[in-house]
Amino acid sequence: MTSQRALVVGAGLGGLRTAEALRAAGFTGQVLVIGDEDWAPYNRPPLSKEALAGELEHDKLAFRVRSNAADVVWRHGERVHSADLDGRTVTLGSGETLGYDALVAATGVSARRLPLPGPPPTAAGGRHVIRTLDDAIGLRAVLVPGARVVVLGAGFIGCEVAATARKLGCEVDCVAIDLLPMIRPLGVELAAELQRRHEVQGVTFHLGVGVTEFLGDEHVTGVVLSDDTRLDADVVLEALGSRCNVAWLEGNGLDLTDGVLTDTALRPLRAGAPVDGVAAVGDVVRFPNLRFDDRAWRVEHWNIPTDSGRRAGAVLSAYLGDEGYDEVAGAPWTLLPSFWSDQYDTRLQSYGMPGLADPDGIRLLEGTLDDECVVGYHRGDDLVGVVGIGMLRAVNGYRDKVGRAVSDG
Amino acid sequence: MSLKVVVDWDLCQDHGQCAFAAPEVFEIGEDGRMRVLIEEPDESLRGAVEDAADVCPVQAIRLEG
Repeated sequence: MTSQRALVVGAGLGGLRTAEALRAAGFTGQVLVIGDEDWAPYNRPPLSKEALAGELEHDKLAFRVRSNAADVVWRHGERVHSADLDGRTVTLGSGETLGYDALVAATGVSARRLPLPGPPPTAAGGRHVIRTLDDAIGLRAVLVPGARVVVLGAGFIGCEVAATARKLGCEVDCVAIDLLPMIRPLGVELAAELQRRHEVQGVTFHLGVGVTEFLGDEHVTGVVLSDDTRLDADVVLEALGSRCNVAWLEGNGLDLTDGVLTDTALRPLRAGAPVDGVAAVGDVVRFPNLRFDDRAWRVEHWNIPTDSGRRAGAVLSAYLGDEGYDEVAGAPWTLLPSFWSDQYDTRLQSYGMPGLADPDGIRLLEGTLDDECVVGYHRGDDLVGVVGIGMLRAVNGYRDKVGRAVSDG
Repeated sequence: MSLKVVVDWDLCQDHGQCAFAAPEVFEIGEDGRMRVLIEEPDESLRGAVEDAADVCPVQAIRLEG
């Protein structure tokens, strides 16, 4: 047991997996995880899907912690205010300062809200977001039969909540500036097909328009769209993407323009050079994934916290133990982004980065669009992503064909 | 004590990610449903089964022992 401390900021899936990976790689010092939610790490994807329609209980969503990480110290409900990467300290919101030997940025993202005046941006004001369990509990309480729900944003989360709200008997309007739901990752044809499926289920779309005004004082009563449409609303969900929780890292010379820019060892870059003893993981890390190209991407898919957490744990453990650090950090490492989405009886499963495809590089590979299918996303001759509707075995068969053949770490 | 793989079949939604993490232990059948091939795997498969439990989107897999 050394007296070293690995400090993990963020107690979501990425923080958990990094803590476990530090132990798995042999680190014997203290692992301290600080998170601003009151909950131990839990699974977020069900919050817009099956859990929102059913039971929203922490003990049903909580991740099991591997036995090797049973001695990790958790401090929930505390926020890290700032970090000094040269002095190797962080300062909490309470003013307490903690030193560290290794630091992990696992602070994730927050739901973005529309910067418009009107009713307060809270559940009590009828303006919901969905990122945390508490958000979902607040939203669930008002998704009652007959409630008029306006979903702002037609990405995956917006569409999943729209589907869940229909299932719960709500009236659902979905508003987005995009011309089709989920168009950026999926492309025109698949997005149009998913719009059709939502419309069959009774969702009304308002696409290519923005929101200009929230109606109501203490509680939202509706929204006004940029084409002057007025939609009555009992519930508004702002599903407009995310902003990265990086303010606590400001002042350290890092590139925080879209998450934390790192190298392939997930070490933040300062003036082009990696900062040793620090790593970023999960939704907040922007890193080059050589399976696709050498550009740095930030990817908010569910497998990223686990895969990047394992990588960060291995690199930091080698650094802390001074054992083979250069070899571990310099070893080739890539990951395969993966996402799924459930909307009504439609199961989407994707591998890779379909959003990287050329506009004319999207082709039906198997099946039929209006039933079950596999769609391939190409950049030049390279398959950069696949998305399946149903056809699990077929979609999974493309897993190893996506991106370049670089070994996954 | 040997290892035991426990799957909550009420939770399982046949995502199939476990079959990539631990192909010796899990498989996607021809019908698209998940199957456990070895319910009491050898200790040497512990890491693979733990990985499979980690990557299950609905966290339906538990390893006992």
